Amino acid sequence: MPDNEDNLVKIRGLHFARGSSKIFTGVDIDIPGGKITAIMGPSGTGKTTLLKLIGGQIKPQQGTIHFHGENIPSMRTRKLYEVRKKMGMLFQSGALLTDMSVYDNIAFPLREHTQLPEVMIRDLVIMKLQAVGLRGARHLMPSELSGGMARRAALARAIALDPEMILYDEPFTGQDPISMGVLVQLIRSMNKALGLTSVIVSHDIEETMAIADKVYIISQGKVVGHGSPDEIDKSDSPWINQFVHGEADGPVPFHYQAVPYKEDLLAQ
Amino acid sequence: MFDWFAKIGRSSIDFFARFGREMILFIQTVIGFASLIPRPGLIIAQMYSVGVRSMLIILVSGFFVGMVLGLQGYNTLVDFGAEESLGVVVALSLVRELGPVVTALLYAGRAGSALMAEIGLMKATEQLSGLEMMAVNPVNRILAPRLLAGIISMPLLVAMFSAVGVFGGYLVGVDMLGVDSGAYWSQMQAKVDYNDDIVNGVIKSFAFGIVTTWIAVYEGYSCIPTSEGVSRATTRTVVYSALTVLGLDFLLTALMLD
Amino acid sequence: MSTTRAIEISVGIFVAAGIAALLILAVNVSNVSTFHSGSQYTVKANFDNISGLKERSAVTIAGVTVGRVKLIEVDPVTFEAVVHMNIEGKYNEIPVDSSAGIYTAGLLGEKYVGIEPGGAPDFLKENSEIRLTQSSIVLEKLISQFLFNQSNSDDKKEK
Repeated sequence: MPDNEDNLVKIRGLHFARGSSKIFTGVDIDIPGGKITAIMGPSGTGKTTLLKLIGGQIKPQQGTIHFHGENIPSMRTRKLYEVRKKMGMLFQSGALLTDMSVYDNIAFPLREHTQLPEVMIRDLVIMKLQAVGLRGARHLMPSELSGGMARRAALARAIALDPEMILYDEPFTGQDPISMGVLVQLIRSMNKALGLTSVIVSHDIEETMAIADKVYIISQGKVVGHGSPDEIDKSDSPWINQFVHGEADGPVPFHYQAVPYKEDLLAQ
Repeated sequence: MFDWFAKIGRSSIDFFARFGREMILFIQTVIGFASLIPRPGLIIAQMYSVGVRSMLIILVSGFFVGMVLGLQGYNTLVDFGAEESLGVVVALSLVRELGPVVTALLYAGRAGSALMAEIGLMKATEQLSGLEMMAVNPVNRILAPRLLAGIISMPLLVAMFSAVGVFGGYLVGVDMLGVDSGAYWSQMQAKVDYNDDIVNGVIKSFAFGIVTTWIAVYEGYSCIPTSEGVSRATTRTVVYSALTVLGLDFLLTALMLD
Repeated sequence: MSTTRAIEISVGIFVAAGIAALLILAVNVSNVSTFHSGSQYTVKANFDNISGLKERSAVTIAGVTVGRVKLIEVDPVTFEAVVHMNIEGKYNEIPVDSSAGIYTAGLLGEKYVGIEPGGAPDFLKENSEIRLTQSSIVLEKLISQFLFNQSNSDDKKEK
């Protein structure tokens, strides 16, 4: 893999196991700065785990995760919290703090990390809310928001501190077509307007491929393919073909491992 | 045979590992108190939810317990012609034992379970993870203010419980059963010692404040983030708190009477 | 903002009520008031037997509490009980030849030290000793004496 200076995040030889189940066995990923990188794979391949590893919330057993040339797993807690200010993360559930309004949620990181006066915080929050189209919903509580609105509010919060990179955990899952379209539009415009590096973890092929600059496909603990969306689409690997085109049977069998069907029926 | 030993070994290693993790978290939380100094608002907000909201149940319970002590104490003492000592019986029972213990048990049910469920649900809805990714340490921001608020609130709640209880006993003993009002107070003041009884009661209530709040906070922070996990952890919070309070009460009483 | 204010006020009331309750317990319920009545001085007295007297038992003159028992120990030479008592500073004119006795409040009540004032011109000071003492009445001794006398008189009658 060519070593590119523009890569914001470089993952090398990543091994991670939870208990006895191995989740990653030697993963190498490069995330270029200012681009949208998609990481795709079937459910249960540890895509969310990968984001948590990049965020330093869990530590790998082996391998390095360099962010701006510094290895995240070997950072001390204090340093890690400094680095996290440069990252935003959009959780699947939104992870808004349920005891405060949308406005206070977005003001939260600003109030925690800056000494800005309340008037400036107000301006910043309103700008972020305008960007995600929720300026009118600022007084609502998280429980009053629809799933799509909660995710947009969470996005506004993730960009509150103007991070360099945003990690999106399954941003499209469980959204109706309209809010899906809104989110696709938002992620793209955030990336263009703010020059953000974006990492999208998803299994929604169509939407993700439409906005990604670079795609990684992981399965069974390894990267099975990477390249631009076009390259992935035209890949001759049967596995990637099955995944990208959503065929029911293929290298990933339709049937869970079992004794032969006939044998099972004739047993007794 | 060796399997059996291995089993014992494994479970004791697990136990000590769990205990060690819990202690490390506890120390981190206590260190986190320092981060609260510039932000008293966080503690005040938590004192509202654990303290103010528990006040009513504590006051009402204290009053009833005091009245029951008045009735029971009178009926026992009157046989010995010693009903003048009613004040002593009521005050000592409350200040030494019932105040701290009953308050801690009510607190575990009222505030502890709520604290645990709140933190557990924050974990289940990824809010704790979200805080971490916003570079906000959940130990400092979520655990520390709650633990500190609990430690401050408990002695205040215990004092209210005992004080209201003494008046409840007065109401029954003096106003209803006709014990002499002067005797009720003077006997009480003669026999209740500031150091041995009041201060020891306050020490107990501090200790109970630490253990009940900590159990709630820890169970919430370490629960399995599913609805079943949260519900189990809620039960565990109340059961562990109650057992710990009663066990610790025996230990502290034994130490204090020494 | 108004909700924050309401929370602050209610927490303020909560803390004030808690501290007030603590003060009530300290002042109205316990004996803390007797500690703060200013200076006090210590006197001691030897008794043959103090059975039942405890530290913090009351020390009275004419039934009025003037102090408390501070410490009780055994004299290593005479094997008498030495009772150290704190007397409140304002009662500083107790004659040196006063006597002390151990009495019981009621039939089953607590033991206390009663001081009977004497007539000497000098007063008890810090570390003075009360020489005239009357020991606690031990119920068992009384009863055994009574039974002994009874049986003696019975014997006499039979003769």
